[in-house]
Amino acid sequence: MPKDLYTDFANTGFGRTLTKNLGLPQPARLRRHRPGQPLARGPVVVLGTTEASAALAERMLGWGLDVRRHIGPKEKVAAVVACFDSVSTPAQLSEVVLELGSLLKQLMPSGRVITVFRDPTGTHDPAVRAARSAVQGLTRSTAHEMRAGGTANGIVLADSLDASAPGAAGALRFLLSGRSAFVSGQFISVDTVNGALPQDWDRPLRDQVAVVTGAARGIGASIARVLRRDGASVILVDIPAAGEQLAAVANEVSGTALQLDITTQDAGERILAHATQHYGRLDIVVHNAGITRDKLLANMDDARWNSVIAVNIESQLRMNRAFLASELFNSDAHGGSGMGPRIVSLASTSGIAGNRGQTNYAASKAGVMGMVAATSAQMASRHGTINAVAPGFIETEMTAKIPFATREVARRLNSLNQGGLPVDVAETISFLASPQAGGTSGLTLRVCGQNLVGA
Amino acid sequence: MSAQNVRDAVIIGGNRIPFARAHSAYATAGNQDMLTSTLNGLVARFGLQGQQLGTVAAGAVMKHSKNFNLTRESVLGTPLDPKTPAFDVQMACATGMEAIGSLANKIKLGQIDSAIGGGVDSISDAPIVVTDELRGILMEANRAKTLSQRLKALSKIRPAHLAPQAPGVNEPRTGLSMGEHMAITAHAWGITRAEQDELALASHKNLAAAYDRGFFDDLVTPFKGLNRDNNMRADSTLERLGKLSPAFGRDLGEEATMTAANSTALTDGASAVLLGSEEWADAHDLPKLANFIDYEEGAVDFVDGAEGLLMAPAYAAARMLKRNNLRFEDFEYLEIHEAFASTVLAQIKAWESEEFCKNKLGLDSALGTIDRSRLNVNGSSLAAGHPFAATGGRIVASLAKELHGKPGKLGFISVCAAGGQGITAIIEGR
Repeated sequence: MPKDLYTDFANTGFGRTLTKNLGLPQPARLRRHRPGQPLARGPVVVLGTTEASAALAERMLGWGLDVRRHIGPKEKVAAVVACFDSVSTPAQLSEVVLELGSLLKQLMPSGRVITVFRDPTGTHDPAVRAARSAVQGLTRSTAHEMRAGGTANGIVLADSLDASAPGAAGALRFLLSGRSAFVSGQFISVDTVNGALPQDWDRPLRDQVAVVTGAARGIGASIARVLRRDGASVILVDIPAAGEQLAAVANEVSGTALQLDITTQDAGERILAHATQHYGRLDIVVHNAGITRDKLLANMDDARWNSVIAVNIESQLRMNRAFLASELFNSDAHGGSGMGPRIVSLASTSGIAGNRGQTNYAASKAGVMGMVAATSAQMASRHGTINAVAPGFIETEMTAKIPFATREVARRLNSLNQGGLPVDVAETISFLASPQAGGTSGLTLRVCGQNLVGA
Repeated sequence: MSAQNVRDAVIIGGNRIPFARAHSAYATAGNQDMLTSTLNGLVARFGLQGQQLGTVAAGAVMKHSKNFNLTRESVLGTPLDPKTPAFDVQMACATGMEAIGSLANKIKLGQIDSAIGGGVDSISDAPIVVTDELRGILMEANRAKTLSQRLKALSKIRPAHLAPQAPGVNEPRTGLSMGEHMAITAHAWGITRAEQDELALASHKNLAAAYDRGFFDDLVTPFKGLNRDNNMRADSTLERLGKLSPAFGRDLGEEATMTAANSTALTDGASAVLLGSEEWADAHDLPKLANFIDYEEGAVDFVDGAEGLLMAPAYAAARMLKRNNLRFEDFEYLEIHEAFASTVLAQIKAWESEEFCKNKLGLDSALGTIDRSRLNVNGSSLAAGHPFAATGGRIVASLAKELHGKPGKLGFISVCAAGGQGITAIIEGR
């Protein structure tokens, strides 16, 4: 992985003074999840007197957090949960918003702002929808204003959803924790009461069996490690040519290596056969494998176009058909787990905003988002979910090959002034694969530090 | 098939690294590196991390004396439980077969529940030995008690003593290379150049086709950037093979038939096969590809020319088939190790010969006919290469996979070896 020397420097005593005086970006060391670490390092302030504020405050008290309704002007704050779930006109936002604003300077490093509101598309009332949409705008702008590794994100509750639903608690906990270190300016929608809260929050995937494609290196290897850390047994898939690295990662996470080209017609069936033989179940599918073959469209050839489409989207569609046709991929059938099967696909911010030289890649990744949205209904019929994660600039072997100046610009072009790490993507995937994310489906969640591209 | 009161020894699966021509991709890798990587790939494929296996047996034909505990040291380099015992085996080119066969017997007898058998060989990292004179001087210096005695001993070293001795592959008792021995046998059996070239071509085509249809996806794990056996020539043709000059038996003149293409190249590589009892395989959710039914060692008197150096499998097969009441027509697939194309052809001719089977094997009739379409269907050593001790593991794993899903169908294995030895084996699909 390339070393981010600027961030190292900016975190020295002298570097901090110099970058501040020169008005340079000040990337902070992000607080990342470690099993056993406290969820928050200080008080969590809950704003707003709404149904959600009561339900979520009670939930957080249950987690042993120092939950406050009010806090002194000198006290440090770990997180602010601002509840707007009862607003019916934009004018009603001001009280909570101004209170939130007054607390921002009290936030600790890697502090959190989490807004909670109702789904704007759930109403036809112009004033209500305007108010709800306004929360999105203020959340995104707050994210831009956060300092010292802080993030601002929102939880969007379906119109009539009880705020005590497991999905709301799961999203809240993810956003509070170091698992969401590189997620900012984003919204997690919770649509249903599906899902269950884990007994052990450090091992939410206990007894689950997951398959990760493209697991030999980079983000895929990181996903395998995080899923394992969170309790899952992992089947690691990559092309036969990557077998040596694949075996090394498989041995590291005590998983099984399956050398397989996912563009093979029966790739899904072969994964199912492997899962049946070695585990007798399959609960989580992570479609991570992907390739880039960049070329301006004017110079595009059929090999570049077709290979990217075949690997990045056609293979996923074909494998999903096989999984959905299988009784094995229906973890409710195992009983007791309280969660249905999970699919998480890798999209990309290129698929959202487009990227010069990436018509093929952006097409495939936009395709992934479309596939995820459309497959959601099929997964719902087995109480499962399907979601996508769209990484922004992540420090990998692939991005290390970008020329220095371009890479340096790309790194700073987000609200956290740094590139993300493969583990940041992996943490979000593990969250979406977890029982506590059962209420969220059809979503594309960005892990980009609120990258300006495709915002 | 198996005798009563013994349980089945199940072939669960295998792994090997791609085989590489000597002094190519693995020029800097030693036996221990290759065997460790092969075991690591096997552990990863079957999720054996942290498990204590019954035993691991493997070996190398070309071995450094420092690698006296090669297999055990390799096991310690894997995520297997370090309490897994291991031992080294050596029976020339039949090392891998002997390791696997003896482990299967231990499982059948209930002594162990699980095992890994295999082998490794490196021509590129072969031990180079100093001359006997230099060794004598060094040992004398080592025994010296005083400095002057030591200096006196060392002063005897002459430049000529420093010339290294490359490891010999010639038969010590005849001074002939294996190829020269085989040339004599091939000539005696009247094996033509054309049929040898056809067999070599089929080996390359079959191996390449197997790679292309993904047959080796769960049998081979890449190593040092090599994904496929680099000796394989998928685009070879009979015309091209026909142009090569003879490499062995040149004293036969016009009648010399053995070329570099229909003889196996020197190769580096390693292989391993996972074996277990039925109960152990089930308890660990592992596949059961085939049963290891039986195996037989054989040896011939080649020194005075009574029999060809590589003809021992002909005799071993006769005893093994008789014991199991089988003929060659009973086998779905046959794997005859291609030390040389003529080795395979000579063995086949012998088994199909009424005269040979009566006079040499003491049978009433020929052992049967061999359907060439069932022979070495996924390629063999001429294409893949032949890292001596690794060939047995390659064959057993590939054949077991081919027989999987064909319960009761039988596979035959023949591997010849230096010193006039050889091993044959039977496995049964499930």
